[in-house]
Amino acid sequence: MEDTGYARTRRTLFSSARLLSVLNLDGPLLVGLALLAIYGLAILYSASGQSIDTVVRTVMRLALGTAAMLALTHASPNFLRRIAPWLYLFGIALLVVVEVTGVIGKGAQRWLNLGLFKFQPSEIMKLAVPMLAAWYLHDRPLPPDWKSLAVLAVIIFLPAGLVAVQPDLGTAALIAASGALLVLMAGLSMRIVLALLLAAAAAAVLGWNFLHDYQRARVLTFLNPQTDPLGAGYHIIQSQIALGSGGLFGKGWMNGSQAQLEFLPERSTDFIFAVVGEEFGLIGLIGLLALYLFIVARSVWLATQTNDTFSRLLALCLALTFFVYVFINAGMVSGLLPVVGVPLPLVSYGGTSVVTLLAGFGILMGLYSHRKLVGT
Amino acid sequence: MSSRVRIKDQWNEQRIFSQRTLGALLVIAVLVVALLARLSYLQVLRHDYYMELSQGNRVRLDPIPASRGLIVDRNGIVLANNEPAYQLELIREQVPNLTDTLKRLVELRLIDPDELEDTRRVIFSRRSFDSVPVRLRLTDDEIGRFAVHRYEFPGVDLATRQTRHYPYGSLGVHALGYVSAISEQDLERIDRASYAGTTLIGKLGVESAFEPQLHGHNGFRQILVNAQGRSVQRQGAYAPVLHSQPPTPGEDLILSIDLTAQKAAEDGLGDHRGAVVAIDPRNGDVLALASKPGFDPAEFARGISRSEYAELSDSIDKPLLNRALRGTYPSGSTIKPVIALAALTYHLVDPNKLEFCAGVFHLPGSSLLFREGKTGRHGCLDLTHAIAKSCDVYFYGLAATVGAERIAAFMAPFGYGELTGIDISGEKPGLLPSPEWKKKTFKRPQDQVWFPGETVNFGVGQGYLLVTPLQLAHVASVLAERGKSFRPRLVTAVRDVGGQLEPIAPIANPAIQGVTSADWDLVINGMVGAATYGTAAAISKGSSYAIAGKTGTAQVFTVSRSERLTQKVAERLKDHAWFIAFAPVEAPRIAVAVLVENGGFGASAAAPIARKVMDAYLLRQNTAAETATPESEAAD
Repeated sequence: MEDTGYARTRRTLFSSARLLSVLNLDGPLLVGLALLAIYGLAILYSASGQSIDTVVRTVMRLALGTAAMLALTHASPNFLRRIAPWLYLFGIALLVVVEVTGVIGKGAQRWLNLGLFKFQPSEIMKLAVPMLAAWYLHDRPLPPDWKSLAVLAVIIFLPAGLVAVQPDLGTAALIAASGALLVLMAGLSMRIVLALLLAAAAAAVLGWNFLHDYQRARVLTFLNPQTDPLGAGYHIIQSQIALGSGGLFGKGWMNGSQAQLEFLPERSTDFIFAVVGEEFGLIGLIGLLALYLFIVARSVWLATQTNDTFSRLLALCLALTFFVYVFINAGMVSGLLPVVGVPLPLVSYGGTSVVTLLAGFGILMGLYSHRKLVGT
Repeated sequence: MSSRVRIKDQWNEQRIFSQRTLGALLVIAVLVVALLARLSYLQVLRHDYYMELSQGNRVRLDPIPASRGLIVDRNGIVLANNEPAYQLELIREQVPNLTDTLKRLVELRLIDPDELEDTRRVIFSRRSFDSVPVRLRLTDDEIGRFAVHRYEFPGVDLATRQTRHYPYGSLGVHALGYVSAISEQDLERIDRASYAGTTLIGKLGVESAFEPQLHGHNGFRQILVNAQGRSVQRQGAYAPVLHSQPPTPGEDLILSIDLTAQKAAEDGLGDHRGAVVAIDPRNGDVLALASKPGFDPAEFARGISRSEYAELSDSIDKPLLNRALRGTYPSGSTIKPVIALAALTYHLVDPNKLEFCAGVFHLPGSSLLFREGKTGRHGCLDLTHAIAKSCDVYFYGLAATVGAERIAAFMAPFGYGELTGIDISGEKPGLLPSPEWKKKTFKRPQDQVWFPGETVNFGVGQGYLLVTPLQLAHVASVLAERGKSFRPRLVTAVRDVGGQLEPIAPIANPAIQGVTSADWDLVINGMVGAATYGTAAAISKGSSYAIAGKTGTAQVFTVSRSERLTQKVAERLKDHAWFIAFAPVEAPRIAVAVLVENGGFGASAAAPIARKVMDAYLLRQNTAAETATPESEAAD
């Protein structure tokens, strides 16, 4: 009995491993993503006020993302490199179209209505920018020289700028961050980084004049939420109440009063992290962060196993960008960072980001499985 | 370090890549630690603080007002109860534009324009989510008018609240007091939490003095509210346990008032300004406490408008003035029994010695002449007859003999110049003058001298002496009980929710010392004489019980005689009429003081009223309930 059981388990593991390998998938990363998706759906059910509809739609998006992931695992680095400029140009073109004829949603022009679903072109750029940057750098000596940096700056800030004027400051920052991370990983001198940070500080002072009123309000209320407790500071105050009142163990699933009674705004989208904190407490948040960190760590490890410049830069950039998403959202909800509209990856409801993120992981797994094996 | 020609160096790139990856992992670690530190701070260290905030977010207390206690008379007849009424309430945080809303309500004639500022102030003195009454007791017409325009007024709604009802209208209003909207001053002294949901608070009378007992304790109901401030039963799967506490109704008050006697007193006064106080001398129970003119307490409970209030407070007849407690007048001749007792107690008079009254008194050592009042010359009188006939000349002499200091000292224990200590507030002490008082009160030395003539005037209750009707009823009860007395009281018992009666024990005053039984007899005989053959002989006609009484006439200080006076002013310059009495003489059960402002002579104006009150109480006590009809029933 024991022997057969062991044998059966062995057989099952072996056959699943083979299946994964055929599909170019990475087992641990897949498990991590699956667990995160399940955790996310459970939270979303509660946070949406027990809306089955919301959950079903999210499952459909997850399925779409998984399909994209499965498809992209088969893309070789060479293929990706070849399509990178075209994808980038396509994305820029869409952004321009959105800017000109975009459908107005939430006061910002972000969507392109494709009939079946609303499509956010800025999501393409989340992948296209690091791809084009990696494409540009892959046959140039690293660290990049000044000329390369100038080209990279254009590659990064053209789409970021287009997204920022939509205006979607959060996504623009994420696009810029993913490009910047890639350049950083390519060995950008730390002196330049320091100089850039100083320049950014100066630009922030100047840029203040160009911010929209609501963007200024976000910065101001981040600095002191109590100045406007019912207006712009409301989000921050209510999310901190939700987190703080959750305590160590939380109030229990579907028992968070802040979330269930809608004191917490955007509870199922940007502020879903606070719902986790309220209903599952610090323990629940640590569990969530552990899942995220596992995914990031596994992704980084996969990136380190690739051995051409394009793959390494792109894979590492995708892994780190994922962490940046998590940190910006968690930091914003917990009051470490100003409120920018960045969703919690794979957990927040809505948008096309689920598809983009899973596509990104597909690319990452593909890069890993298409690596040139040392010694062959 | 940069070379001019650079080629791809795989090993260098691998090194950079590894370094940067490690660096990134390090930064990730630092950021995660920072995040965990922040979360621990929020969720562990400040958990209690945020827990409280979230509790405040979701649970609101909905007050359940306690029903106000009833007030019943000594026979159990209800004098004040509660009845439902519609009122307009406003929740500030739900009103988009308060100024506009109030303006529209004024336009719909639902708020008096004069009240606008007061209403606004009251609204802002409450919490923004409190439902604040802006108009009490709407009429059917007004309810209809609001209902039509209801959709224009988010945050304003009709509410049913219990309001105070006085079945007998203005009857006994100065004893009962009234209830009215809680004012800003009230808010400062009451416990706001225990009044949340209550709109009315007692003002004056027993309604005010026994406010804590009548009010009871408001209950509350925790209600779940969502972020919009709306009350929700549950939200999805979220349904927490909510607590509630039922209100404890206020306690009922059993008054000493006898409705029949009260009605007799007020009917007796009729349209006159004046006051009647009747006390049971055996325990201090106030049987009747009337002050005329009165007012309708319902106006206040309904929400009195500024103009209505102005009419009441500016009226020359002062209907809001409780004359029984706060009206101070010279005592007039009602003082004579006490002066006689003083003289007897100090052994300064032979009660049987006849004095001759020629209508004029010469103060020894002075050229001043003191004239007899209206009663003319009395001829020869002893003490008893001097009281019965109210001979001023006799008492001028008596007062001069006894002296002002001794008179004042003797009178003090009767309660002159002091608060009687009745259990409702607002009472005035009156004034018991003495040479010492004069020295203390006046500044200029020439004013500080007590003149012998003032002592003479003191003997007939004129001059500085001021008394309230309540005080004189108390004096009458002291005389009736021959020195014993009780603190007057309106509330004899409190009945709790379970119907359990909690009697309030009468509080005895120290008895008058040093007066012999024979002296009491002499003086009381004088008072019986007054009521049988003396100044108030008419009062005993047809009476089945023996009455002891004393008339009095208080001079109103006159303005210049040379001025031509209108009829109205002339009427107000007439003397005030007093009558004090107690009965039955052998075992007194009621002591009465009647004051009729500008009533002229005490015997004709005041004495008949006292008789009516005594008849009502002594003869018809057992059928009291049948005599008075509640106003509301009478109106139907």
